[in-house]
Amino acid sequence: MSDFSLSAREEGEVVIVETTGYLNNVGGEKVSEACYEKMENGKKYFLLNLENSKVVNSIGVSILIEIIEKLQDVDGKLGYYNLAPIVEKTFNIMGLTKYSTIYSSESEGLEGMA
Amino acid sequence: MSSKEAPKVELTLPIIPDMELAATKTAEVVAKHMNLTDEQSAEISMALIEATINAFEHSSSDSKNVEIHFVIQGDTLVIKVSDKGRGFDKSKVEIPKIEEKFGSDHKRGWGLKLIQELMDTVEFESSADGTTVTMTKNK
Repeated sequence: MSDFSLSAREEGEVVIVETTGYLNNVGGEKVSEACYEKMENGKKYFLLNLENSKVVNSIGVSILIEIIEKLQDVDGKLGYYNLAPIVEKTFNIMGLTKYSTIYSSESEGLEGMA
Repeated sequence: MSSKEAPKVELTLPIIPDMELAATKTAEVVAKHMNLTDEQSAEISMALIEATINAFEHSSSDSKNVEIHFVIQGDTLVIKVSDKGRGFDKSKVEIPKIEEKFGSDHKRGWGLKLIQELMDTVEFESSADGTTVTMTKNK
């Protein structure tokens, strides 16, 4: 029913992952696969652009907790930008914002990752 | 329908992936009818996604459907999500904390917490015959 896709690009040391579609278990797994592949190549700073993922569920967001956990092992960071208000609220309720950062824009995220 | 009867919308959702999004579409229409804010509408949709997913996952019976009722009681929207599953003991459901998720294989289990945070009231009725979650949002 829902299609989920993503693209990844690199800005210096930061990997920017841009998602489109419902961030559920399927979407979350795709995000984690993309991040882990980059981590195998030494990347440890990730920014998710969720502008086109305005609907999430807790299973998809739980997978982001897995990513945060793996990044903690390598002193990495996860950040987000372009979040819909309800997505930001969900991240706050689940506590993701204690261990990762919401930025207002890509440029602010890139600065924050530096 | 008599003039005193509260307006009601009833949905029967088959238990198939992503069908919870069909419930959110209905919720958006009902919220718009009630002139709820965009923020309230989004909170209702998120809570409904979680309640519906829980119902899907806990429905281990022969039932292939989850029932969702939206009732407009004045300035209050009442939503009931019912499954015919095996039920659960809410007292045994732990409130998740992200700190405890690190190092654990079980990262999930956030649905009830989200529903409670996003809606004004939440009640559970559960037995071996199924579970009904009743949640409300006030205008």
